[in-house]
Amino acid sequence: MAKQGAVRQDRGNVDSGKLRPVRGRAIGPDTAEFDRLIHERVRLGIVSALAVNEKLTFNDLKKLLKITDGNLSVHARKLEDARYVACTKSFEGRVPRTEYRLTAEGRRALERYLDHMEALIHATRDHK
Amino acid sequence: MASVRPIRKIDAAEEPSLHIRAMDNLAFIRDTMERAGAFTAVSGWGMVIVGVAALTAATIAARQPTEVGWLNTWLAAAFLAPVIMIAAIVRKARAARLPLMSGAGRKFLLSFSPPMIVGALLTIQLYKLGMYDVLPGLWLLIYGTAVVAGGAFSVRVVPVMGFCFMVAGAIALFTPAATNDLLMAAAFGGLHILFGIPIARRHGG
Repeated sequence: MAKQGAVRQDRGNVDSGKLRPVRGRAIGPDTAEFDRLIHERVRLGIVSALAVNEKLTFNDLKKLLKITDGNLSVHARKLEDARYVACTKSFEGRVPRTEYRLTAEGRRALERYLDHMEALIHATRDHK
Repeated sequence: MASVRPIRKIDAAEEPSLHIRAMDNLAFIRDTMERAGAFTAVSGWGMVIVGVAALTAATIAARQPTEVGWLNTWLAAAFLAPVIMIAAIVRKARAARLPLMSGAGRKFLLSFSPPMIVGALLTIQLYKLGMYDVLPGLWLLIYGTAVVAGGAFSVRVVPVMGFCFMVAGAIALFTPAATNDLLMAAAFGGLHILFGIPIARRHGG
């Protein structure tokens, strides 16, 4: 019975639309803070890989994420447009070389995303 | 202060789903970072400095006329080494703009610490019993175990180094005590330097 009561109370808190995050901000699954740009798996993979590497080439990312050239190009371009990653094109001999780096803005976006995910986990645990 | 309300209410069935999805996303990020694998929070340069300190300690310890003097020399090195490593790890994390206690860092610490605590407690007891000859083997095995356990969340070279320490510890346990100083110098000095340089060059400092 006590458990049922607790569940009912939790539902009340969740229904208020505010999950209590770790850093005191109100975060819900549909808040404006939620960054859908890096939520997409390929883009999240690109940003995560670049977060632990100073730079990665196009081929490095392609092998790491096991995706096609076209797929990587499309997602990398979206991250570039958002200024989350910076792209440098050069030649190694006659072979073109494309390198990606995570920008400060991209790193902040990843940190916000991590905060958001952790907040969701903490919130749902706290409400149990 | 603006608080954004969900478009639709979260029902009971959706709540665990959100939680699971968030955990899945975090696992994906961690997995990608680990596979990208060019970075480890462990500082290679810190290991090199610890290795040099250990070689110095081995030289001083070997010249001590008493066993207590020998033990005190190594204990001084054992207190100095974490200070050097922590400073180096903090410096590396700051340089890479990465949080010091990220998930992987926290796990490393949680996995590394218990064997080290066990090692400290056993050292006290063996000191009381006067069993100095067992200490080098014990220290190398315990430290190796701690590095292997903590290194499970790091780049592969870290647990490999831990395994090497365990091998050195096993050798120290089953060989005459006369070789102990040499093994300690080779392991705490040589292995730290040997593995520290490639970690520093290939894995972010």
